[in-house]
Amino acid sequence: MAMTMTQKILARHAGLDKVVPGQLIEASLDLVLGNDITTPPALDVFAATGVQKVFDKEKVVIVPDHFTPNKDIQSAEQAKKIRLFSRAQGLVNYYEQGEMEMGIEHVVLPENGLVAPGDVIIGADSHTCTYGALGAFATGVGSTDMACGMATGTAWFRVPSAIRFELVGKPSRWVTGKDVILYIIGKIGVDGALYKSMEFTGPGVAELSMEERLTMANMAIEAGGKNGIFPVDEKTLAYLEKYAPKRLTAGNFRITRADDDAEYEETHTIDLSKVPLILSFPHLPSNAKALGTFPEIAIDQVVIGSCTNGRISDMRVARSILKGRKVAKGVRCIVIPGSQKVYLQCVREGIAEDLVEAGAVFSAPTCGPCLGGHMGILASGERCVSTTNRNFVGRMGHVKSEVYLAGVPVAAASAVAGHIAGPDEIGAEGEA
Amino acid sequence: MKATGKVFKYGDNVDTDVIIPARYLNLSEASQLAKYCMIDLDPTFVQRVAPGDIMVAGTNFGCGSSREHAPMAIKAAGISCVIAPTFARIFYRNAINMGLPILECAEAAAAVADGDTVEVDFETGAIVDRTTGKTFQALPFPPFIRKIMEADGLVGYIRSKGAGSHG
Repeated sequence: MAMTMTQKILARHAGLDKVVPGQLIEASLDLVLGNDITTPPALDVFAATGVQKVFDKEKVVIVPDHFTPNKDIQSAEQAKKIRLFSRAQGLVNYYEQGEMEMGIEHVVLPENGLVAPGDVIIGADSHTCTYGALGAFATGVGSTDMACGMATGTAWFRVPSAIRFELVGKPSRWVTGKDVILYIIGKIGVDGALYKSMEFTGPGVAELSMEERLTMANMAIEAGGKNGIFPVDEKTLAYLEKYAPKRLTAGNFRITRADDDAEYEETHTIDLSKVPLILSFPHLPSNAKALGTFPEIAIDQVVIGSCTNGRISDMRVARSILKGRKVAKGVRCIVIPGSQKVYLQCVREGIAEDLVEAGAVFSAPTCGPCLGGHMGILASGERCVSTTNRNFVGRMGHVKSEVYLAGVPVAAASAVAGHIAGPDEIGAEGEA
Repeated sequence: MKATGKVFKYGDNVDTDVIIPARYLNLSEASQLAKYCMIDLDPTFVQRVAPGDIMVAGTNFGCGSSREHAPMAIKAAGISCVIAPTFARIFYRNAINMGLPILECAEAAAAVADGDTVEVDFETGAIVDRTTGKTFQALPFPPFIRKIMEADGLVGYIRSKGAGSHG
């Protein structure tokens, strides 16, 4: 039987010639990831397995990014627990705040060359699906799976069926991968891809930058997907050349293509030229509305950053809109580069200066406000336009606060306007 | 194994942020987490729940964050079982891996009312609403998953396979 891209990668890692949807397999893992929230319970489970050493100290990655720099004593204790474990195990890829490899997990793993096409990756963080942008199978799991993955280098999976998204056309000006994925989630719903792969194909893929693909794969989980995955093309290889040169030259990756006659449960054709600027209204990512189809909505805060939109291209777009303008009086605009490398690049390119002059907060890398952790919690009744990935009840603070998900152009323009707005409304020119 | 308890009923897309909000994730002990279980959706849940009670919800239960703190909090609060038409996939894995019984049953999820007394047989998947007398049949687990549950979760399963050789 013909296989999808995801099925082929899983079959190879299970030592099988073929797999079929629904089949339960045990696959070898190329990377196991955890963060400062999910790792502490995983360490208790790891101890219970009786295994002394992790399966490969280069393939277990721990990134304390959620409540760091430590927001309170309890967070500091959790961070300490995983720091001591990482040292005792000699983990090569444990990062401390300030190190050049540090930042938000899903920003730094690709950036540090730890992800390549054909990999199987589990992470105790739901947005682990981000790495599908590079043609890898990557999926979020819980702390017990992380612990058992650390112990054995394997995990059990139910082989998923797939939904194909055939991308055609070219996005309009200001429309980014974020709008495309919010549009798709609006179309299929928050459980539209439950237990399934979301496979993105078609000529439109070439119109999306690697960073936009990372944004789209990142949000596969918001449609319930097991993973999101993109084919490998010239842009992927150029990205690897820049960020994972060792693996590229060593040939330590595997380009996988779906069989021409692979079966998909559904196929959706998405004409990128018809995707508008999108906002997902409270309190579900599937509450997608096109900009211009609703009355004016005043805002209190803007957040630009996160594992979804905290990369250098996002920072450049934010600058192109905020430079020479001012954040509206009464609005807090919080910009959070996704990694130390992105932060440094913002300093070198003068982005940091332009954003600070515009009246934005420019913060150290952290997941912070996205999950209501710290660095921008909302009070009751407050509204935020955010480039993050979830707008559930209470996600960024008080249960009576509201989060509107958007791409960077809308978030930055809204900060200037003081209400939800697109770049055209504030007269932004940007790159055509 | 059977459980009988009073039903706490919720809607579709109950996400792990409302099951246990991130502001409590600087805690990682189940008994601590249980104190705040469901706080952003049902603030009086913790005061009302009794050991053995049953949670019944709509589709896509446990969506969002992968935090295993969510099934940990539900289990430690005393809930014996969660019944829903569908579960978000990470929650599904986590519940099996850490030993919180979950049952997929759209009919029961639709028909059972908040406050009903329900009896569940985990072996057979039979669900009886003692308040209305209605009976339902949940989907059985695949054999592999049953093995994990019989081993009392993934750790027990791995130990039974003798994975300690890495040490």
